[in-house]
Amino acid sequence: MNSIEIASIVAAAFAVSFGALGPALAEGRAVAAALDAIARQPEAAGTLSRTLFVGLAMIETTAIYCLVVALLLLFANPFVK
Amino acid sequence: MMDSPLILLPVFTLGGVPITSSVLVTWAIMALLGGFCALATRRLTLVPSRRQAVLELVVGTIDAQIRDTMQADPAPYRALIGTIFLFVLVANWSSLVPGIKPPTAHLETDAALALIVFAATIVLGIRARGLGGYLRTFAEPSWVMIPLNIVEQITRTFALIVRLFGNVMSGVFVIGVVLSLAGLLVPIPLMALDLLTGAVQAYIFAVLASVFIGAAVGGDGPDRPPPQPGNSP
Repeated sequence: MNSIEIASIVAAAFAVSFGALGPALAEGRAVAAALDAIARQPEAAGTLSRTLFVGLAMIETTAIYCLVVALLLLFANPFVK
Repeated sequence: MMDSPLILLPVFTLGGVPITSSVLVTWAIMALLGGFCALATRRLTLVPSRRQAVLELVVGTIDAQIRDTMQADPAPYRALIGTIFLFVLVANWSSLVPGIKPPTAHLETDAALALIVFAATIVLGIRARGLGGYLRTFAEPSWVMIPLNIVEQITRTFALIVRLFGNVMSGVFVIGVVLSLAGLLVPIPLMALDLLTGAVQAYIFAVLASVFIGAAVGGDGPDRPPPQPGNSP
């Protein structure tokens, strides 16, 4: 195992771990805001939860991008023959 | 070393065209869904039987979701969005059958689905607004936004691909890792979580498809009818 492979594995681990931090915080804030809104206006729960789902999917995409980059590093690394 | 989730090896070739396992599973799901729907809707009556009532509940729920999201009559979009939703749902849950990997855990199937949505956005947008009217939506709110709007069309389709792929594939992957580390019966909670993820992703894919199509078609502005209450997802 040469240094490029070791660097790729470390970089993949860092990409997923730090890439999960931001979306996790953001999703927590989004859910908290949505719960607050539902508590204020329970009759709007349907619209709110649908918007919340779509928004969470959008936020989650950034974490998924990090996952895909990590997978590329592990399985389809252009620098490893 | 586990198999790469990005590479798909063909099972056999059909007249020179390589057929992969995910294509086979897709065909099986298509046959299953199509056959079931053809059988279930063969004898429809005005007073629904028990089976027909269940079907009407499914169609009614999908209709309500489309109406909520697009603020429009769901009839022209029911076939496309309903089919996408049901296909993605069954494909995500097909991992329950032992030995079957869901076709949505491969990039190709997701790319095909997202390209269908992309093409439908353009076709339905042009049909609703005319070619000039559709092209003019790229210059909203001002012409400065034209490059950004074009880039957005591409990136959101790409995000649609990667979101579905990443979620379903990571579920399958995590179950594989836990199974190889801990053994039998341990990954069952993860599989339950996978079911939830699969349902949510199918729902999100369908909702985003209807949002994109609604944005291309609609544009009624602020004088839209208010959303109907009581339609929670």
